[in-house]
Amino acid sequence: MNISFTKYTLPNGLDVLIHEDHALPIVAVNVWYHVGSKNEVPGRTGFAHLFEHLMFEGSQHYDRGYFHPLQEAGASLNGSTNADRTNYWEVVPTNAIDLALWMESDRMGYLLPALTDAKFSNQREVVLNERRQNYENRPYGLAGMAIVSALYPPDHPYHWLTIGGAEDIRAAHIDDVKAFFQRYYHPGNASLTLAGDIDTEMGILLADEYFGEIPSGQKPGPVVVTPPAPPAEDVKLVLEDRVELPRLYMAWHSPALFAEGDAELDLVAEVLSSGKTSRLYRSLVYEQRIATEVAASQNSRELGSFFQIVATAAPGRTLAEVERAILKEIATLLERGPTPLELERCLAQAEAHFLFRLQTVGGFGGKSDQLNAYNTFLGDPGFFDKDLERYRSATAERLRTAAVQHLRPAARVVLSVVPRGRVALALAGSRAVTVS
Amino acid sequence: MGADRTKLPTLGPEHPFTFPKIHRTTLANGLRICTVEHRQVPLVSVLALVPVGAAADPPERPGLAAITGDMLDEGSGDRSALDIHEALGRIGAQLDLDVGHDATVLGLTTLERYLDRGLELVRDMLIRPRFEQREFDRVRDLRLNRLLQLKDMPPSLADRAFTQLLYRHHPYGHLPIGSEGSLRNLMIRDISTFHRRAFLPARTTVIAVGDASHDSLTAAVVRAFEGWKAESGDPIAEPDTFPAPVPPATRLALVHRSGAAQSELRIGHVALARRSPDYHAALVANMILGGQFVSRINMNLRENKGYTYGARTSFEFRRAPGPFVLHASVQGDATADALREAIGEIRAIRGDRPVTRQELELGRASLTRGYPRSFETADQVARAAAQLALYDLPDDYFTSFVPTVLALKEDDVTAIAAKHIDPSRLLTVVVGDRDKILPSLKALELGDVADVSVA
Repeated sequence: MNISFTKYTLPNGLDVLIHEDHALPIVAVNVWYHVGSKNEVPGRTGFAHLFEHLMFEGSQHYDRGYFHPLQEAGASLNGSTNADRTNYWEVVPTNAIDLALWMESDRMGYLLPALTDAKFSNQREVVLNERRQNYENRPYGLAGMAIVSALYPPDHPYHWLTIGGAEDIRAAHIDDVKAFFQRYYHPGNASLTLAGDIDTEMGILLADEYFGEIPSGQKPGPVVVTPPAPPAEDVKLVLEDRVELPRLYMAWHSPALFAEGDAELDLVAEVLSSGKTSRLYRSLVYEQRIATEVAASQNSRELGSFFQIVATAAPGRTLAEVERAILKEIATLLERGPTPLELERCLAQAEAHFLFRLQTVGGFGGKSDQLNAYNTFLGDPGFFDKDLERYRSATAERLRTAAVQHLRPAARVVLSVVPRGRVALALAGSRAVTVS
Repeated sequence: MGADRTKLPTLGPEHPFTFPKIHRTTLANGLRICTVEHRQVPLVSVLALVPVGAAADPPERPGLAAITGDMLDEGSGDRSALDIHEALGRIGAQLDLDVGHDATVLGLTTLERYLDRGLELVRDMLIRPRFEQREFDRVRDLRLNRLLQLKDMPPSLADRAFTQLLYRHHPYGHLPIGSEGSLRNLMIRDISTFHRRAFLPARTTVIAVGDASHDSLTAAVVRAFEGWKAESGDPIAEPDTFPAPVPPATRLALVHRSGAAQSELRIGHVALARRSPDYHAALVANMILGGQFVSRINMNLRENKGYTYGARTSFEFRRAPGPFVLHASVQGDATADALREAIGEIRAIRGDRPVTRQELELGRASLTRGYPRSFETADQVARAAAQLALYDLPDDYFTSFVPTVLALKEDDVTAIAAKHIDPSRLLTVVVGDRDKILPSLKALELGDVADVSVA
């Protein structure tokens, strides 16, 4: 199983990847820019994402909004920003491929002449509303901010979430847009994938026709950070929120995306919380019924990941009980590792998840997104098989070793989110934290 | 040589879309089987559709159908709840259990080589659930906890209030999850009784779509389901026998949430059923009004005013008439302005700003030109086939969709908007901070503001 592709780099530095799949008369256009909130600095957070919004507001040669002509042509389209990258995609009927490439190339090459104060301040308001809706007004919505700001020091770019601080968003200035665009939005920092009903040669010709004229820029160097030291002892925090049930978050530093131990910890997360027979679900939710839900995840990122376990206490149960039960399961796993049956199940699930991602040519997580991810982070769009192999070659002992190395006691950030006015429900010794 | 930037490229010739062929078989016990070949990826999706959902809940037992659905994977046949999930995990299966207003759908996607094992699990969950007391107690607790948490979620509060006020004394008058009081009173035998009378082979359609031939897909479903004994359960009320919903007693309801940074809005009324001949025109009208990013309402509220991260409208099509509804979460201090603008847009499309030629073309194009991408995965194709079964639509429905929409004219769409969207009947629900927004709501001239608490 693999994703066949052809890679061609235009003279201006733009990587072009073509994958043919003629099952339906549709083509996915997918562009990744290697920039995210990790390229921001304190006081200017949230800017990469705000910038993404401006990419939908029109460019020099078509300045009436980005959506209209594409939706009229039958496209679906979207974009997203995370800590490490920003992506934009359209899935268009075969007959609209020229249109999609014209639009994508126009905003890569000619965004700034169309930018106005009115657009900028309107999108700043939209983003502030996005922040209210998805973070401030959502139960447990501020927990993620509390976790990362405790895991990473203030000058580390993972110290804040991609949405950024509300004050920073308000303080964002239109002049910052220009510098950001010139530094990060150019062919040398981008990867374009066309996947679907398109011939390879035609795809390369079209990519060259629309993107070839855009001047090359200097590839920004990697973000250099001092790897944060794990906490010398557990950092215990409490956050009051408008919630009914207390929730516990436990986070550890863990190996970066694709680094040694990353896939193993992904599988450890599966052993712990994927499905009802996983260890934590079975113990906390199914058998003891002290939690209503539990989830473990390896959050893989370029500069370093974090492994997180989240559990919500059942009514009348305490976070201390929940924590004890989690730590007991982890201790057992560190001591004996997963069983052969558990490993078999997790590998079957991992293989299925790889296949699930091959079902669509476009959108978030489809084949075009996958090719661009491998190309952007590794320079190797053909990494699919090697990626799958990272999982297939995992052994029980390697999972155990990764867990022993990284899920260490007394090196955690532990956050209790409790109903307002009920700080006593937090784990003992937790320090109040405010996030807004 | 660069691109011509003086104008947008024109579109090439369109590629017509044809929905893949559906093969049908009916077993002696009445169970219907549909198969579709889908050979791109070595996966297979199986759906079991039983056209019985929350609308079939007895009035005093809201939530019964949903918790029955939830209990299907909690032990069946020879397998305990844990055994089922272990077996699902070992074939890498993705299980999806959904109970809506009209139907219960059990879906499973797995590797093609595990088709038989997947079907056997689906069969056992569907027809041999154990319904054990211990598992029921646990599942009910989880549901009650879920209800408790939903109390903190403005979208959920808004949906609940809107549903209850809009469909009083009606099978659609509650959310599928039900209410705390009802769940507490449920007994395990309510569930086994409901399952026995609702889940019958003659009501059920099993759809298999994936990387295998029609013959082998059909044979696998037959092997799994031919032993299901035909029984005569009780009749379930058909949607055409539902009473007409009683009009809401209020036009503007407020659910107080102190300190809310935003107000969650629902505006709408009961509209039309899925099988209505006006279906296609209503879809186009909705695209223009609020069904896509460039719709009138989103452009006004988000792109022009910046009140919200997004506003959208939809017709929720069901077997009996479902609601037309606007969804938005808006900045608290813009609540009344956002309502005024949204209601103004709803009024205008059937009043002084009827559908224009350009909007018609955009609406039709958005619905038709991207149509093929709705049928990319095996699961999408299976869910499409399930719609045909649930709403009793013809096999050429998906193939004829595009020409039917393209034949619509401005007047057709404006007329359908006028027929099915009625500003004088709109019910508005606001979840927000009463102290901050009440004075401005009163100024809206939507009548008294009814304070509503959502149980």
